[in-house]
Amino acid sequence: MPNSTRSGSPLLRFAGRVVSFLLTLAITFVGLTAVTFFISRLTKIDPVLAVVGDKATQAAYDAAYLALGLDQPLPMQYLIYLRRLLSGDFGVSVLTARPVLTDLLRVFPATFELATIATLLGVAIGVPAGVLAAARKGRLADHVIRVIGLFGYSVPVFWLGLVGLFVFYGKLGWVSGPGRLDIFYQDIVTRRTGVILTDSAIEGNWEIFANAFSHLILPASILGYFSLAYIARMTRSFMIDQLSQEYITAARIKGNSYWRTVWFHAFPNIMVPLVTVIGLSYATLLEGAVLTETVFAWPGLGLYITRALFNSDMNAVLGGTILVGAVFITINLVSDLLYRLFDPRLRTS
Amino acid sequence: MASQSLRQWLLTDAPASRRQAVLGGTYRGLTSILRNPTAMAGLVIVTILVLMAIFAPLFAMGKDPIAQDLAVRLAAPSAEHWFGTDELGRDIFARTLYGAQVTLTIVALVSVVVVPIGLAVGTVAGYFGGWVDAVLMRITDIFLAFPRLVLALAFAAALGPGIENAVIAISLTAWPAYARIARSETMAIAQSDFIQSVVLQGASTWRILFRHVVPLCLSSVIVRLTLDMAGIILTAAGLGFLGLGAQPPTAEWGAMVSSGRDVILDQWWVATIPGVAIFIVSLGFNLLGDGLRDVFDPKASS
Repeated sequence: MPNSTRSGSPLLRFAGRVVSFLLTLAITFVGLTAVTFFISRLTKIDPVLAVVGDKATQAAYDAAYLALGLDQPLPMQYLIYLRRLLSGDFGVSVLTARPVLTDLLRVFPATFELATIATLLGVAIGVPAGVLAAARKGRLADHVIRVIGLFGYSVPVFWLGLVGLFVFYGKLGWVSGPGRLDIFYQDIVTRRTGVILTDSAIEGNWEIFANAFSHLILPASILGYFSLAYIARMTRSFMIDQLSQEYITAARIKGNSYWRTVWFHAFPNIMVPLVTVIGLSYATLLEGAVLTETVFAWPGLGLYITRALFNSDMNAVLGGTILVGAVFITINLVSDLLYRLFDPRLRTS
Repeated sequence: MASQSLRQWLLTDAPASRRQAVLGGTYRGLTSILRNPTAMAGLVIVTILVLMAIFAPLFAMGKDPIAQDLAVRLAAPSAEHWFGTDELGRDIFARTLYGAQVTLTIVALVSVVVVPIGLAVGTVAGYFGGWVDAVLMRITDIFLAFPRLVLALAFAAALGPGIENAVIAISLTAWPAYARIARSETMAIAQSDFIQSVVLQGASTWRILFRHVVPLCLSSVIVRLTLDMAGIILTAAGLGFLGLGAQPPTAEWGAMVSSGRDVILDQWWVATIPGVAIFIVSLGFNLLGDGLRDVFDPKASS
């Protein structure tokens, strides 16, 4: 592929990139499902009993055994499993008695809301902090930002969540406690997107919007802190690379002020790698949400997976794993693709 | 005067023997670590962790980390119980000390599993190139694209909770980074003249890989491992917090934080103290890793 795409027209090259992207995506997804399939065979929980229950007759048991394809050789079982997954059949959750896919779609918006607000916070603070640290390299601001980042890399998220609850909810009373809404406000807003902030805004119910926000802000800030640490560190190192280039000296000699050079000459050049970094941190937050959701009783994907876990609900656990994995893989690869498409140096070579 | 000449012998530009070269290299590395305040701070913290783990019974002064005393449950920190007691009246100071053993065990086991796998896959892929490289790296990329904590959760759920399974789960998602590093180092080393001369001397491929390539990959692998330690500790603590790590009554920091959840508003010390322990130890590894990177790879640090 490399030779044919390199010599072709830009459009052909673009098509080649997209095809190889889709191929990588497919291969990685097959790898992911192979691992979840492997895990599902590793567990000591009888998959047949999980379907028919322990009071089923032998005949019902045998029928379910055949229906699940358990009499087939392992590679065939995997193919059956993959075909079921592709048709959206993740099995039925033992805990909720609903199809796992239905459950996942119901809880995903909560995680999406949390991770998105957290990333926005991380970008809004992390990028300027990283730029400032690079521009003031070795001075006080740089050291302060470095210490803040180091703290973020070392502190356990679940513990920070508990301490946050203790201080801001328990002692100061600045924010609301666990959950997405006060019980008083629950199930009032019609579910449209599943994201309460947008749902309540659509209805113009600002009281609920405010309540949802006061629940969201603490877990989102704590999660956002971790993406802030990562984004600030990467921004700083990209910026330091740029600021040591000769074109910066040239821009300064032309009479541009220092900060003008930083923001209008150096910063535009780090935007492409920065997109990749933000994408990666977003993907990491989706799974970082697992622990945060447990601490804040946030009814999202993470809480769903951990709850299923303690009820031996393997269908739900693996369904959740596949969803997180698929989103994670897609974000990873898309940000990689964006990087390749938008960096002119990689485009021409 | 003797120390002066020993220094000169160590720092000579033309070592007379392999032993002198190795000792000189070690000396240079050590002095630059000693001169790097970040690395030193990290080294001190990690050393304290190791000492805590080894001498836990001594420091705990006879207190049993799993002995319950319901009469003094949830007692505040005092002269008798320095860090207070938990919901079963166990001494949190003793439990924190013994928790260092669990953390150190997990970290050691993950390193022992992950480094050989990463080195084997990476050096083979880098040295042979071609389709071997393509296949191995594709597999590596697949594992690299996996969400670490969630996959570890699924594994721990399938295998049942426990330290060994937590180690397996973490290792499965941690090895690809080492394979990547070992591969890129190997590709650079394989080009160098001394490898060509070893090939001409008739050394077997395995001898080249084990005796010449692997030792040269080690320093970057060790730096990466140190930087990874904090992540491994945090993942292990997260699994423990969810109840999938070390099982009760073993003192494990993550599980200890979890046991203090319900009483966080009134008895803050139960959850706070083990959390601080996790934080300090991962901070130590982060500082040490940053410092080691400055020492071994001045280019990468900015």
